[in-house]
Amino acid sequence: MTSRKFCKLIHEERITFCTGVPDSTLADLFREIEKDKRFDYVPSVREDLAIGLATGAFFANRRSLVLMQNSGLGYCLNALASLPLLYHVPMLLVIGWRGYGNHDSPEHTIFGKSTTALLKAVGIPYLVLGSKKEEEKINLLIKQMHANHMPVALLVRDGILKNETK
Amino acid sequence: MKRNEAISCVLSLLKREVVVAANGMISREAHAARDRTSNFYMLGSMGLASSIALGIAVNKPSRKVVVLDGDGNVLMGLGALAMAGNSQPKNLVHFVFDNERYESTGGQPSISNKIDLDKIALASGYKQVFKVCTIAELKLASKHVLANDGLSFVVVKVSADDPKDGARRVSQSPIKIANRFIASVNL
Repeated sequence: MTSRKFCKLIHEERITFCTGVPDSTLADLFREIEKDKRFDYVPSVREDLAIGLATGAFFANRRSLVLMQNSGLGYCLNALASLPLLYHVPMLLVIGWRGYGNHDSPEHTIFGKSTTALLKAVGIPYLVLGSKKEEEKINLLIKQMHANHMPVALLVRDGILKNETK
Repeated sequence: MKRNEAISCVLSLLKREVVVAANGMISREAHAARDRTSNFYMLGSMGLASSIALGIAVNKPSRKVVVLDGDGNVLMGLGALAMAGNSQPKNLVHFVFDNERYESTGGQPSISNKIDLDKIALASGYKQVFKVCTIAELKLASKHVLANDGLSFVVVKVSADDPKDGARRVSQSPIKIANRFIASVNL
């Protein structure tokens, strides 16, 4: 799926408040969201602060998207556990999966291997992007996010959310 | 000045303002002093009071958003000051009750005795910055920042209390706190 198509999909779900900390895996998506006037993008400087910001946005009646690299998941695990998971706040996390399959630089090895285990450990449902019928699966995950008032995550490997090159 | 007196003083001046209270003694004392449906009590997530408040402030420009923060909390989430400075919401008022201690965990010293939090706020782009040491000064500064637009920061120097004298834990469940808060913010 292209970043452009992904933006269309989340816009249809009225997810229009965006924050996060950049990641190269999500570079096209960041570009798309920053230039697309339908979205409000407020930059965060750390992933835990992004979770705080998205929680506040939900309190003010907005639906939020939080972008981050999986290394940032480590910074915000407690924030996730003690804000959206505790107070039942829905938010869509889009997490760049560095260190997937061990083909990445050494600093990503440990988190690359433990990303899904960490999400499971705190009870955040997730979907790895790049499979068949993924639009349907994303819609289902977003439904689950609304129905259960909880954060859910999409894991994005390198090359998955790229816009087509001209 | 005692912190619970300072928190009571600020809360007594509020009308329609939305409040985000930091975890630990600050939430407990705010709850004991004046429980309101438009108070959000952080139970955990230390360091995130002002980023939650920023998320509300940028999306509800018509409501003043008041943060009741502590020195340990603000030091943990210092990056949030830069984010607020970058966004420049005119409706965000950030109080820091600074006792130079982590009181909820037994009174261990923080490092705020050597760090000028007000100068950090100024350098981050806060427009109205005050540092107050008495209730009279606090009342004046509070009235000013509540009545005037502009990203605001008030450092309130308070005494270190005996933790044994602390207020009770917030009695509502997290979901109840959130639901009534959301209803009140969006009224």
